[in-house]
Amino acid sequence: MQRYEVPAAPSQTILDLVTYIQRALDPTLSYRFACRVGMCGSCAMTVNGRPRWTCRTHVAKVAGEGEVTIEPLKNMPVVKDLTVDMREFFDKWARARGAFVPSEDAARDFAVVPPSSPERVEADAAIECIGCGVCYAACDVVAWNPDYLGPAALNRAWTLVNDLRDDGQPERLLAVAGDAGCHACHSHESCRTYCPKSLNPTASIAGLKRATARAALRGEL
Amino acid sequence: MSAYAGRTRSQIRWEARLWVAQRASAMVLALCVLVHLATIVFAVRGGLSAGEILSRTRGNGAWLAFYVLFIAAVAIHAPIGLRTIFAEWLGWRGRSLDIAAALFAVLIAAAGLRTVLGLYA
Repeated sequence: MQRYEVPAAPSQTILDLVTYIQRALDPTLSYRFACRVGMCGSCAMTVNGRPRWTCRTHVAKVAGEGEVTIEPLKNMPVVKDLTVDMREFFDKWARARGAFVPSEDAARDFAVVPPSSPERVEADAAIECIGCGVCYAACDVVAWNPDYLGPAALNRAWTLVNDLRDDGQPERLLAVAGDAGCHACHSHESCRTYCPKSLNPTASIAGLKRATARAALRGEL
Repeated sequence: MSAYAGRTRSQIRWEARLWVAQRASAMVLALCVLVHLATIVFAVRGGLSAGEILSRTRGNGAWLAFYVLFIAAVAIHAPIGLRTIFAEWLGWRGRSLDIAAALFAVLIAAAGLRTVLGLYA
């Protein structure tokens, strides 16, 4: 752990601190960021033990006694300093069948999806995820079970389970079930607690548990 | 690695069914534990002797049915939960763990039924 002294500034964010360190104190410091305004989701780090977007975290709010501890996100291999390898995190999105599967029936009519339909309401509640990895870093089950797909990938799958235009359903339910999927979730709700977008992946995973359990009992899994 | 994180379709189906079994047994247990505790509180009012207990349980079919259900729920619920704890905290996975969990289920069922039948017969 390295210690740095950084001058305080008004409205200073954790990302500002890290940027100051790299520009003025230690040019070798590695970290990842892009938009700086809470849109891209690439600057997530562990701040005082909690996963957060550093660009949206004001120093004044988290630095008790004028000190703050900044570490890389947990549950992902560290590439260097504050930069983690997110390959496995995103590979799990693919493993959870997080890609839309279009219908092969080209002649089919446009799907009419009323915004108020229960499926669309469920999908809308989970759709705003930008893949920052905060929930994945916060998840105890990911730490205990390396195969576990994690909250973000399962949350994404849940949006597609509720998408009536999607034709990948039986395979997707199989991909998200079992001890590497939704059934491993203990509903600790760390994902919900730390999600910077205030999403609730635990609720999405609960939806997948219901959908897969129904399929398993019907022999459709 | 296969498409399902190294798991076969039948393994995933098995895991999903274990999950359903644990949820269903939890619902039964929630009810059974409440009835069990309420019965204890009710039964010990004014003191309780072994003779009094046996006079209520011997030949009581409803009592027997309730506790057989209770034991069945425990024998299903606890080994599935322990299996998960061993997998997550000790990294013990695979067939050996499944066998150990199954043996634990048999142990719970055998010990429980032996006790209940001893009080019934």
